[in-house]
Amino acid sequence: MASIDTGAESPQKKGPGVKKAKKLSTRIDMTPMVDLGFLLITFFVFTATLSSPTTLDLNMPKDVEDEKKKTEVKESGVLTILLGKANQVYYYEGKLNEDASNFKTSSYKAIRDVIINKKKDVKSRYNPANVDPVICEEEKKKAKKKGDPEWEKACEDIDFMVIIKPNADATYKNVVDILDEMTINQVKRYAMVKPYEAELKVIKATEEANGIK
Amino acid sequence: MPSVKIPRKSTDTDMTPFVDVAFLILSFFIMATKFKPPQPVEIETPASVQAQTLPEDKAVMISIDSLNRVFFTLLSEKDESKYLDVIKDIDANFKLGLTPAEMQNFRHTYMIGVPIGSLKQLLSIDPKEHKMETQPGIPVSDSNNNELVWWIRAVKNAFAGEKGFRYLIKGDGRSKYPAFDAVIYALKKNEEFKYNLVTSLDEVPPGTEFDKTRFFKPEE
Repeated sequence: MASIDTGAESPQKKGPGVKKAKKLSTRIDMTPMVDLGFLLITFFVFTATLSSPTTLDLNMPKDVEDEKKKTEVKESGVLTILLGKANQVYYYEGKLNEDASNFKTSSYKAIRDVIINKKKDVKSRYNPANVDPVICEEEKKKAKKKGDPEWEKACEDIDFMVIIKPNADATYKNVVDILDEMTINQVKRYAMVKPYEAELKVIKATEEANGIK
Repeated sequence: MPSVKIPRKSTDTDMTPFVDVAFLILSFFIMATKFKPPQPVEIETPASVQAQTLPEDKAVMISIDSLNRVFFTLLSEKDESKYLDVIKDIDANFKLGLTPAEMQNFRHTYMIGVPIGSLKQLLSIDPKEHKMETQPGIPVSDSNNNELVWWIRAVKNAFAGEKGFRYLIKGDGRSKYPAFDAVIYALKKNEEFKYNLVTSLDEVPPGTEFDKTRFFKPEE
């Protein structure tokens, strides 16, 4: 099919009675070309979509030395999440008890339900009389702009606050995962701070009890 | 009764339009694909649900690799003079005595991962010969001697008064938190509080609150 008729076999036999060379079709078999074309398409489709890095915004507060200027939060609405080694997550609600009885162990999968439940709990205790209406309006505007379908209720979880405390053994992935969890569950107020000595002690004791190295 | 003759049709189809379209798509993807620049240091970023794209110009990228080494990269494709501004600032602050050729080498160095003290030695060789594996990373762990503070200060001076400058933090998922904390510390020291963490895209878990907000449009 792909040979070229050179007519070299019988140059002397010309004239009547000699069979005319068969005219070859000008059509070429395009199948291999198409094959290759599609192979390249699939290759480029895959490389184009897989190599798109995205970014996660992170805003940190300014460090304040002055005790009076520090943000105050209601104890009942606070959930503290501690990130430990070997992908362990610990949390407690409100203040840490002296005997650490409210200190609980969780995982990166289970922590979502903890956050959702705490948010629900804070919402159920919402009392409009305790909230400044000006702040509340602002909150609603922000939620509407963000595209929250329940923006009218945006103010209900105003007391809800998550404090993230990664300890020195937590990995960067753990930190991004937990920040991502804040986005997924639409936690509006969260902060990343250093753990206290007392908390580190409890983590250490728990890790030893659970045999995590 | 004469039987109806069905004309025999060739099973060959004309593939020309098909091929036309295929190659059109192919050329589109070839042109649209932007290849990642070769990474001198292997960094596996963790995934997040955020779909914001990464700025590629007017930014500083601070990379943390899996061994907790910190690297500094200045991204300023459009205005190359900024590279000179930054290195001159560092040179003046630390009295390194860099030659113009060494400063030019800084422009072509993608990542800096050495203490400022060894910067002259690093820039005296051709950037193509830099070996990232042997670089110790910028010292950050000691807050009194966090050299990243100086790098960011130099960048801040170079881009003073310009809007839209970004600080990107690209960390390996396996790196430990203290390295990240030290980077944040250096940025905070320079009064910078907004950062972008480089992540790869992850699917949004269905049914969560974030999932609900994605397709909601408030009626005006």
